[in-house]
Amino acid sequence: MKKIRLATIWLDGCSGCHMSILDMDEKLIEIAEYVDVVYSPYVDTKEFPSDVDLTIVEGALSTDHDIKMIKKIRANSKYILGLGDCAITGNISAMKNLFGSEAVLQRSYGELADTNASGVYPSKIVPKLLDKVLPLHEVIKVDYFLPGCPTPSDAIYAMLRSLIEGKEINISDYTRFGK
Amino acid sequence: MIREKVRVKSFKINGIDVTGASNQTILEIAQENNIEISTLCYLKGLSCVGSCRMCIVEVKGSDKLIPSCTSKIKEGMEVTTDSARIKANREMILSMLFSERTHTCSVCVSNGNCELQDKSTELRLEHSQVPYGHARFEIDASHKNFVNDPNRCILCSRCIRVCDEIEGAHALDLMGRGMDTRIIHDMDEPWAESLSCTSCGKCVYVCPTGALYEKDISAEEAEKKRNIIMELLERKVEQ
Repeated sequence: MKKIRLATIWLDGCSGCHMSILDMDEKLIEIAEYVDVVYSPYVDTKEFPSDVDLTIVEGALSTDHDIKMIKKIRANSKYILGLGDCAITGNISAMKNLFGSEAVLQRSYGELADTNASGVYPSKIVPKLLDKVLPLHEVIKVDYFLPGCPTPSDAIYAMLRSLIEGKEINISDYTRFGK
Repeated sequence: MIREKVRVKSFKINGIDVTGASNQTILEIAQENNIEISTLCYLKGLSCVGSCRMCIVEVKGSDKLIPSCTSKIKEGMEVTTDSARIKANREMILSMLFSERTHTCSVCVSNGNCELQDKSTELRLEHSQVPYGHARFEIDASHKNFVNDPNRCILCSRCIRVCDEIEGAHALDLMGRGMDTRIIHDMDEPWAESLSCTSCGKCVYVCPTGALYEKDISAEEAEKKRNIIMELLERKVEQ
């Protein structure tokens, strides 16, 4: 049997959902029989590969780099699974939308900085913040949604199992916003 | 006052023959006949205002979806409570409720104890179908016991109704229009300075979300204390 080419990525999130993937513990061995992890914080691939079957995306879209990345992911992946509330609603990452990116930069590089006398924000190497943090589906088409903060590992397992077996599940049995 | 004579009306819900009094609503008759209709702003014992539109139903011969909690029954009407169209509309309504304000379940005091959240699992809505609004509202934490966070308010108006109809104070009301609408105390006074608020807490206990909550409690303790208020509402129904 051909293995599923699986990628995972974390954008503007806390990595909690990736921790939750690891929390599947011994079930990871079972999942590993069906998938090849081709790109992920867990492995050392530098470039996002082409021809990925499923990409699990944690985190919201906050920067111009995130937008570039998610578009590449969409172009190179058959299916995209939005994992966790940040990817699906913006969640904690999007709370700064209530004040705006400018206010956040001012606070972190101005008011709270000890050594930044000029008060200038970094503009090289680090990506540029968008005006608003966005959930994935406001920029690209997302095929599956699995909310939770973080998504419980049982829900991730059930979802992966259902995708492997081609069976439909009611994800509300496993998770919800804020779970 | 001329009282309209109450008559018995026969009609159908989902093909089932039902009867009720002409002053009753579709929702009431459905509940009497154990036909489930999804509700959110509705609370038994309070008046019905149809603000959330969750209880929409189809009536044969009309292309509009109508809220069953405020629609009086009519002789011979044929009501459908569940269809692909109703489901799609409910999902859109729920999406709009989620996206209009910044709920952020994961940091909400009512997380796991919220009727809006429950609705998302009931309707299996796992993402909003409309973009988020990201509006910010000032939180009123002036009251010694309670907090009003408009960022989590779905404008169901249960608090206004319970304050008016059960407590008899009418300390709360709506201000503004559309997406800017807010729950206010008196003439938009800080809660602590409201002269008509009796600090009874009924508004907090009927609030379906984390918009009105008790101060200094953890999320584990944030369960709305419904027992007393539900008893009062039951008695009002019996009257």
